[in-house]
Amino acid sequence: MADAMQERLTDIGPPNYEQFLHPVIKKNYGQWKYHEIVEPGVMVHVAESGDELYTVRVASPRLMSTTKIRQFADIAEKYCDGHMRFTSRHNAEFMTPNKGNVAKLKEELLAIGHPAGGIGPAITSIVHTQGWVHCHSAATDASGVVKCVMDDLFEYFNGEKKLPGKCRIALACCLNMCGAVHCSDIAILGVHTKPPRIDHANLNKICEIPNLSASCPTAAIRPATVNGVPSVEVIQENCMFCANCYTVCPAMPLNDPDSDGISIWVGGKVSNARSEPKFSKLAIPFIPNNPPRWPEVTEAIRTIVEVWADNARPYERIGEWIDRVGWPRFFRLTGFEFKKEHVDDFKHAGLSFKRSAHITHEPWEE
Amino acid sequence: MPKEYKTPKLDELEKGPWPSFVTEIKLAAKEKEMCNDLLGVLERSYNERIGHWKHGGIVGVMGYGGGVIGRYIDVPEEFPNISHFHTIRVNMPTGWFYTSEALRTLCDIWDRHGSGLTNMHGSTGDIIFLGTTTDELEPTFSELTQAGFDLGGSGSDVRTPSACCGPARCEWACYDTLKACYDVTMKYQDELHRPAFPYKWKFKFSGCPNDCVAAIARADISVIGTWRDAIKVDAAEVKNYADAGMDIFNDVVLNCPAKCMKFDHESKTLEIDNADCRRCMHCINAMPKALRPGDDKGATILIGAKAPIVEGALLSSVLIPFLNIDDEEEREDWFDLIEEMQDVWCEEGKNRERVGEFIQRVGMGNFLEAVGVEPIPEMVAYPRDNPYIFFETDEEEEE
Repeated sequence: MADAMQERLTDIGPPNYEQFLHPVIKKNYGQWKYHEIVEPGVMVHVAESGDELYTVRVASPRLMSTTKIRQFADIAEKYCDGHMRFTSRHNAEFMTPNKGNVAKLKEELLAIGHPAGGIGPAITSIVHTQGWVHCHSAATDASGVVKCVMDDLFEYFNGEKKLPGKCRIALACCLNMCGAVHCSDIAILGVHTKPPRIDHANLNKICEIPNLSASCPTAAIRPATVNGVPSVEVIQENCMFCANCYTVCPAMPLNDPDSDGISIWVGGKVSNARSEPKFSKLAIPFIPNNPPRWPEVTEAIRTIVEVWADNARPYERIGEWIDRVGWPRFFRLTGFEFKKEHVDDFKHAGLSFKRSAHITHEPWEE
Repeated sequence: MPKEYKTPKLDELEKGPWPSFVTEIKLAAKEKEMCNDLLGVLERSYNERIGHWKHGGIVGVMGYGGGVIGRYIDVPEEFPNISHFHTIRVNMPTGWFYTSEALRTLCDIWDRHGSGLTNMHGSTGDIIFLGTTTDELEPTFSELTQAGFDLGGSGSDVRTPSACCGPARCEWACYDTLKACYDVTMKYQDELHRPAFPYKWKFKFSGCPNDCVAAIARADISVIGTWRDAIKVDAAEVKNYADAGMDIFNDVVLNCPAKCMKFDHESKTLEIDNADCRRCMHCINAMPKALRPGDDKGATILIGAKAPIVEGALLSSVLIPFLNIDDEEEREDWFDLIEEMQDVWCEEGKNRERVGEFIQRVGMGNFLEAVGVEPIPEMVAYPRDNPYIFFETDEEEEE
């Protein structure tokens, strides 16, 4: 330990990426000409030099053991000259200039449980958070729900079934949205639906009351003396269960088995392609947690995907399709109930009201 | 002997074609009692439909204020091996490129000092080492730095910047995302490791308007590649797409948001009015062999995205329409502007107020004035549509 202390290094930053690039990447850095999707889960990038680089993209649960990472390292060594990468959506990618390695890569990765897919107009891995595995504020599990949804949509991952365009699904297990799900084609969001339970006896010992009051977006938390000690009170009708108070003060827990659950949001995107980036909008306000397989959630998401796949034009993402045909069509075709919760009542809510006479009349009958 | 937990609910999550995180935890549980206890508490969560993790405490490595997330269980007597189960964020190599050797080094360190469970990767992009005790934090850090790795950000600091694969493996990269991201990461090491801001500050680098790292939705500073000159057209390849059956009129021309394209069915030629092109990427995405971004490349800089907490979600908005970020001089000026913006935000921002929310509160006009940037029409979707204008009276004139 003493030795380690002497040569203690800090602020060295990450290792320089250049040392991790495959030689073919180094040679053709910035000189790629085009790419093509060769088969589901496989693409080839072609450089100005004529060099080719094949990429096999495989599914990942994101939560990985060192045992599995070592297996990836071995496979990368065997077929990819000791190089691999992960994507921004947590897929694993194995790259090789040797076309002959593609089939073997797919086969060996599948043998350890990692099927290829998720490139192009397909459903790819779900960006997600920690959930019950490792988070204090989770209103649902993350990895479990993701596993169930991707099992159910697997044919859209491996290319067996075609989609009109890209579909990005993301999950956040509470409104903190570590997964930044708010611009996803389909967002799965854990929600609390009851106000915090205040631990008056301990609150003043572990929390700063002014900070706590300031944390509430609707100013529903006021300082109050309870049983002779400084604490807070929550104006119940102003609470929308965001749990921001709990983030700054552990004495305000909201977690509850019956009132926690999942909301589903649709139609967001981050890409600028065709239409501008947009937020996801509420499709289903609340589905109770039903572990281990969350059947109501997987069914709702399958419904959205199928309705979109059956009705959208080529390249149209879910939000673009809905923008064209209107929300009445979306609710009619999915069969989801439109309720009071769907009508915004937060800041600038009026911007989301229908402010024109452009209306489709549902259902249309010839 | 480690306790044996019955996990009938979790076992259900080993079924089906998608790779199972339960299988991963079970793999790790063969080596580590920690992971065995994790299975136990997770099964309990599945039965009770509630989590068992407590709010993080303040733990970390010496001299750093971020990079470690304290995590404790609320039933330590039942699951003693995970009574502390802290997360370590390790700054990933830019673009998430690895060698087998680097992966094994990381695994060796984590097997020696922690649970052997990871996230590859966290949402912000870090390598997540999932679960260890307080005593193991400093030794883990020591071994990581010896191996050339360092911690990522957490709390109110510069969070670990991330970038798409960029010019390493994408023909659409309009600037060197990896270099820009790496340089920013190195420049902000102090701010990354020692939280001194009102709240978090994220940089994300996407090489083109497809925005594969979701910069516009998540980053306080979103750097999105773009170009200023004409889209490069390979007429022969356009014809090849048409001959191969692509419906260029319906799928490409009609999807153009600027309506700046014409397709002649007879000659199978595509005409683009580049003055009207909005650089959305759709036509290039649809015909990658025929169309490419131009040669005058750089990035659009946008500011202020965030998820809902506290005052509602925001998308980033345009600050600089075009910056040649690969140019050293232009980049230095940009760094100066960022410093200016951070100073104003640190001075005036409220606790846990992201810069986007700060701008909402003080007004974009006032913010721009404070950081010395002139307002331009590119910054707005449309000018103000209400008459509540804060005209500023010229005090000298009144006197």
